[in-house]
Parts: sequence; structure tokens; C-alpha cells
Amino acid sequence: MTDPLIAVRNLYLTYADETEALRNVSLDIHRNQVFVLFGPSRAGKSTLLRLFNRLSDLIEGTQRRGEVLLAGRDIFAPEVNVSALRRRVSMVFAVPTPLPGSIYANITYGLKLAGVRSEEELGRRVERSLRQAALWDEVKDRLESSAFALSGGQKQRLCIARSLALEPEVILLDNPTSGLDPISTATVEESLYELKARYTIVMVPHSVQQAARVADNAAFLLDGELIESGPAARMFVHPQDKRTEDYITGRFG
Amino acid sequence: MAAANQPLDASIPPDEIAERRWGELIIEGVIRVAGISSIVIIALIFLFLLREGLPAFLDIPLRQLFGTRWYPIEEMFGLLPLLVGSLIVTVGAVAISLPLGLTTAIYLGEIAPPWLREILKPIIEVLAGIPSIVLGFLGWIALAPLIQNLGAPTGLTAFTGSLILAYMSLPTIISIAEDALYAVPKEYRDGALAIGATQWQAIWRVVLPAARPGLMIAVMLGIGRAIGETMAVMMVTGNAANIPSLGSGIFFQPVRTMTATIAAEMGEVAQGSLHYSTLFAIGIVLFLISFAINALAGRLVGVEGLRRSRGGML
Repeated sequence: MTDPLIAVRNLYLTYADETEALRNVSLDIHRNQVFVLFGPSRAGKSTLLRLFNRLSDLIEGTQRRGEVLLAGRDIFAPEVNVSALRRRVSMVFAVPTPLPGSIYANITYGLKLAGVRSEEELGRRVERSLRQAALWDEVKDRLESSAFALSGGQKQRLCIARSLALEPEVILLDNPTSGLDPISTATVEESLYELKARYTIVMVPHSVQQAARVADNAAFLLDGELIESGPAARMFVHPQDKRTEDYITGRFG
Repeated sequence: MAAANQPLDASIPPDEIAERRWGELIIEGVIRVAGISSIVIIALIFLFLLREGLPAFLDIPLRQLFGTRWYPIEEMFGLLPLLVGSLIVTVGAVAISLPLGLTTAIYLGEIAPPWLREILKPIIEVLAGIPSIVLGFLGWIALAPLIQNLGAPTGLTAFTGSLILAYMSLPTIISIAEDALYAVPKEYRDGALAIGATQWQAIWRVVLPAARPGLMIAVMLGIGRAIGETMAVMMVTGNAANIPSLGSGIFFQPVRTMTATIAAEMGEVAQGSLHYSTLFAIGIVLFLISFAINALAGRLVGVEGLRRSRGGML
């Protein structure tokens, strides 16, 4: 097998109030797959996800040990440009977060920050990313209208499109369907199948069922520890650890 | 409706239901009176101002009323010098306090570490409680000599007034603007940061636009505070009812504001005289100005609010 795109090595993270959010976590995430981090609340899933693009920097007083390697390079090395890292490893949140402004402006904002200036290039990327996020047909005639006028599901796909426009390598999805109805959820899940051809997706799912539906590989976390990880086909059918089995079958969680 | 309520009401005796309805009606009535009374009071104030001030508008030819000479002893009532005085002092105050206030709010709300903010915010709010007359003293004793040393013919100038007023409106602007920034959901910032914005880019492009209605209110209230202030301004602006000559020195000449004129001359006029009603006419002008500022603020915020709520908030 090829080298992993993201490699986590003996990672510990402690918050300012001394709670251990992550304890000795190691895992490999390979290219062009959907990797799911699942587990009960407070397992450390979102914490781990936010470490991958250093949004965790925003929380004051955290202490970290261990490494996160992106394509073999330590993302916490002092010479790393955090803005550039976040363009390579982009994130979509549980609550859709459109920016004030038009649909078009929402997508071009990140591109302009990244230095894309030509209107032609911007327009091309807007169309392509909206198509990839399965939103183009619904909004192509009103790109100049406010992003706040979209429905919840559309807003979330707009946020996905906004990330895609930057052509990242990794897309982090933190429970992206939490506020969505079943139909919108299905649309977002379907788009993942197409997206993984071009991108690597790391996702914290809404439920075990969703994890099983979308994952190629999965990792089960519990109280900040990695219990087990592996191909989804095995994890969700024959989990090796008793705790994983209990969680999947709904005995706790 | 009634059918749906029946099982609930069945357990309560009918008397008690009637009693509760009365209770509701009385509370609603009290709240309604309280709400309407503020409108009534404002209307009464305006009527009173009109009654006392209208003779000035009727008896003095408009050309003279908006003329350039304010010499009440010679029966010359030109409001223009006072209007210009208020305008210059207010514009100066806003030009100083707006950038300072907004940047302070941004620093407090977005950049300062929590512990520093906990210290700074209460201190700024204490500033709002300093009596204006004390600030007037400060301006007179400390600020005026300083400004005279800068080369102005006298230390008591429009600029001195602007400085004091700016200082007075700062706490209002900072406090309200910071609240507006604080109300912007954290997710907006994260959303911008997650696509590679730096902290400053996220503030400029996302947080400030999202907080705009609140920032507008902060600005408008700051202006309102500046234009309505009397005592401090009266002490430090020199009180000369002249239209300052244009040019670079416009802020460094003595002026007299509308508020200061009313306060200084009200005690000396004969009730019912033309001078008396002219002072009330100045009150009407002030009232209209503050009404216009509020209406403008409402419009700006209203339009913005509408745009935001179209299609539902987040």
C-alpha cells in the first residue's frame, strides 16, 4: 500500500482544564477514500478532526504531544503557513456557515484569498464546485442572490462547494448532516461517492448508520482513545473489540 | 381551539378560569399603557416645544432666522452660527471617536485575550458614568492650555469641545459595538478560517459585515450623545456665536453650539418674549435633528435586518 496522506502518531491532547481529549491516538488515512471517525459524544472525534487543519489552534491553553503528518510533513512544524494548510485541508461544519453576501461571493471569497484574480477562472471554479456539490442546477440562475436565502441543505452544500473550490486535498466534515432533513442528508451522502474520486474525505458522521453507509475505512474512538480502526466492511460487520461491537449494536452511546 | 383546551380546563373550576382571564387582561393592560405612554410623552414634549417655539418661526422672517447673526439684544436671531457650531463640534467628535471606538471594540471583542478584556470592559463602562461637568473641567484646565500651546489663538475652541465629546461618546460606541461583535456566531469565524482566511481577513470580511446593524446603532447613539451634550461643551468651546472662517483653522476657533446657547441664555430671558421663543425654536431644531438621526439609524438597520431575515436566519 502507498504512504498514507494523513498519519497520526501517538497523539495526545489536553485542554486547559486538564481534561484529556485524546490519548495516544495513531492512525493512517489513505487517499481517495471516505474515512469515518465515530464514537459516542466526548470521544474526541471533533477534536481530532480540528487538529487536521489546526483549527484547534484557536482554543487557548491546549497541550499537544505526538505528530500529525500530511503527506509526510509535520503540520505543526513552525514553518507551516496555517492559511495555506487550511486551504489544503478544508473543513465543513455541523452548522452551515455561509458568509454574509451572495452565493457567488461565498465561493469566490476563499479563492480570492488564495490569490485567484481572473474573473474567468473564478466563474469556472464556481460552476465546477457547485456541480460537484450537487447544487448547481438549483442555484445557477440566482448566483447573485444572498446565501442566507438558501434552505438548510442548500446552505450546507454551498459550504461544501466553497471548500471544493479551493481544490483541497482533504475535506473534513464535522457532522455535516446534523441539521438536515433525510432527503438533504441523502443528497449530501450521495455527493460523497463522487467527491472521493478527487479528494480524501475525513468525516465525523451523524450516526453509526450513516458511518456504515458512507465509510471506506473507519476508526472507533471512546473517551479520547482509539479502540480500533480498519476497513468499514469489517468494522461494521465483525468488529474485533467488544466495546466497538457494543456501540455499533446500540448497547451504549 | 376550545375543544382542545377542554381537558385542561376541566380540572380547574370555572370561577378560577374567569379569575385567571382577568389577571391576564389586567397585566396586558398595564403593559400596553406602559408601552404607549412613552409615545405619548414624546408627543407631548414636541407639542410643548412647538407651542413655545412657534412664535419665533412666525414672527421672525425665515431669512433672518436662518441668518448669520445671533445678537439677541439687538433683536437679531440668526440660528446659522449656532447650527454651524454644533455641526463642527459634532463632526469633529465623530471623526475622532468613530475610528477609535470601533477599533477598540474590535480589539476587545476579537483580539484581546479574555483576561485583558475582563479588565478593560468594566473600566470603559465606568467612563460612561463620569459626569459631563467633570469632563468640562478637565477640558478647561488641562486640554485648553495644551491646545493654545499648539498655536491656536485661544484654547477654548471647537476642537477642544470635539475632544471632550469624543471622549464622552467613546464608552457608548465601544460598549454597543463590542456587544454587536460578540453576538456574531462563532461559526462564522470558523467558516472563514477553515477556508484559509487569516484572523484579520475573517474579521474584515465576515465578522464586521455580520455585525453591521449593531455597529450602526453604536455609531448613531454616539452621534446622538455628541450633538445633545451641553455642559462640557459650553465650558470648553469659547461660546462665540460666530461662523468660523473656512480653512485649515476651522476647528481651532471658538464656536457656540445650540445646546450651550439654550443653557446660557434661558435664565436671562423674559418669558414670552421673542428671544424666549427663539430658544425654544432651537430646541425644535435639536429635536428634529435627533429624530432624523434615529430615523436614519432605523432605516439602515431595518433594510439590513430585512435582507438578513429573508429566507430565514441560520
